[in-house]
Amino acid sequence: MIDNSVNLSRDAKNVIEINGLNKWFGNFHVLQDIDLVVSQGEKIIICGPSGSGKSTLIRCINRLEEHQEGKILVNGTELSHDLKNIDAVRSEVGMVFQSFNLFPHLTALENCTLALIWVRKTPKAEAEALAMKYLERVKIPEQANKYPGQLSGGQQQRVAIARSLCMNPKILLFDEPTSALDPEMIKEVLDTMVELAETGMTMLCVTHEMGFAKTVADRVIFMDEGQIVEENKPDKFFNEPKHDRTKLFLSQILAH
Amino acid sequence: MDTPDLNYAGSNKSRPPPANTVGIIGWIRSNLLGGPVNTCLTLISCYILWLIVPPLLDWTIFNADFTGDSGRECTTEGACWAWLDQRIYQFLYGFYPPDSYWRVNLAIILLLPALAYVLFDKLPFSRQGRWFSLTYPFLATFLLIGGIGLEGITTDKFGGFMLNLVAGISGIVLSLPIGILLALGRRSKLPAIRILSVSFIEFIRGVPLITLLFVAVIILQLFLPPNVTLDQLVRVMIMITLFASAYMAEVIRGGLQAIPNGQYEAGKAMGLSYWQSMRLIILPQALKISIPGIVNTFIGLFKDTTLVIIIGLFDILGQARVLQTNPDWMGKVDYETFLIAAIFFFIVCFSISRYSINLEKRLDTDHD
Repeated sequence: MIDNSVNLSRDAKNVIEINGLNKWFGNFHVLQDIDLVVSQGEKIIICGPSGSGKSTLIRCINRLEEHQEGKILVNGTELSHDLKNIDAVRSEVGMVFQSFNLFPHLTALENCTLALIWVRKTPKAEAEALAMKYLERVKIPEQANKYPGQLSGGQQQRVAIARSLCMNPKILLFDEPTSALDPEMIKEVLDTMVELAETGMTMLCVTHEMGFAKTVADRVIFMDEGQIVEENKPDKFFNEPKHDRTKLFLSQILAH
Repeated sequence: MDTPDLNYAGSNKSRPPPANTVGIIGWIRSNLLGGPVNTCLTLISCYILWLIVPPLLDWTIFNADFTGDSGRECTTEGACWAWLDQRIYQFLYGFYPPDSYWRVNLAIILLLPALAYVLFDKLPFSRQGRWFSLTYPFLATFLLIGGIGLEGITTDKFGGFMLNLVAGISGIVLSLPIGILLALGRRSKLPAIRILSVSFIEFIRGVPLITLLFVAVIILQLFLPPNVTLDQLVRVMIMITLFASAYMAEVIRGGLQAIPNGQYEAGKAMGLSYWQSMRLIILPQALKISIPGIVNTFIGLFKDTTLVIIIGLFDILGQARVLQTNPDWMGKVDYETFLIAAIFFFIVCFSISRYSINLEKRLDTDHD
């Protein structure tokens, strides 16, 4: 059922190792026996119908969701109830949300410097310089002193990306980063993400932007009903899908 | 300088709004005379004001007596203000020794910068100012009660409006942090903390303040060891504070529930600890939403301080009652004393209310 044989050797290049992951919401078995290994610099696109568990999967990686069975190793640190481990993992993993989740009472710049100052204990001036660097990278340095409520959706999402980058993460998780955006703003966010991919960042991205998947993905993972149904390189995934459910899904989202 | 005419092809038809829709005329037209119903209401309101205001002015000022040594010298139809020049000090300071009034005054004057440094940012010397605000409660206690170098004054001498201010301000200052902790406790995942918070809030809210004050004054003594005495005023302040905290907790819980889950998650994903998330992300937003409710509780608390009369403390209303039953003034000053008390309360409560509106505007980050 799964293409790639799962290699759980403690290869230093594997930044994420998920083995036999199971999770339930009440009685609902949302993730079923998930195995996934991500090596450093890999770009992975996760797609699938809604309710298939793709968001839950990436939210398990920084423990916004707790799993009940199986093992998740991020950079060699196992996610368990140990708060130290959770903090260690969260400091390596950045996350970009569907609804941006910027802090509305802080300016774009303050959003970016908050964790630097309070978690990393970076001096304020240094934190601001770093934040400006990343705001320039996402091409909105001129909006630094505006509040999220004064920015367009696309600008807000780019601030959110800059905010994640400030913490210098080794892995970035994207949870449907363009789903809450107007069509004309999707491109500016995707462009930012493509540029980011070119820097060699390890990225796991839940998205339905198949064009983006074709451009940057090293692997595309298709999930349905809590299982990884199929995973493959993008050209093979789109041109020769093996599984019927994948074919059906692709025909539905590529129909337009 | 020659500016190019950008109004090509006459496409820009921007012009100022019609004169009768802006300024004073516009305001009167839209607010007082907008349609027949509106106009009728305006006329009726004017008539009612004409009925009320002149007699009120006659009573309070034009027909009033301002001098005299007792109520018998107040012979006109208007108000009797003759007591003011002798008795106003009792209304303000209670039985506090007159040669120490300056200590109360100084405490109140110092309260202004202490409050300012808490309430307003961007003031000069803000660092030193914050330290001053932190030390103010101790400074004020020292000034009022005395001790090292100052003549000691027991709290049973406290009275009048000063008593309302002491109980009200300490209640306001303490009930907010306690209320925040209770609100967080009620939403805690730890069952022990949650059950404790819920029981406390529900018990305190379910009991009238008067009952709590009686408990504080009469019953508490039965449980304390015989040689331990807790100052009467301190007990009252504790009860008023706890009472307000329970209400405050529910107001703040409402604010906390309005914060989307994504805000908590973003904080977690960035590696902030629970207390960091609360302090930096959640509470600033939740408290902002809760401002109207918080201020409501503050004002309620401040007015509740008048209930100390039933346990034998003479706040400003107590002083009014004292004067009303004084044989020299009996039957002459019933309205006048209450009116003076009302004015003092109104000044403080209205100031709190105006500040909160100003604060809400300042914290609004949704628009330019």
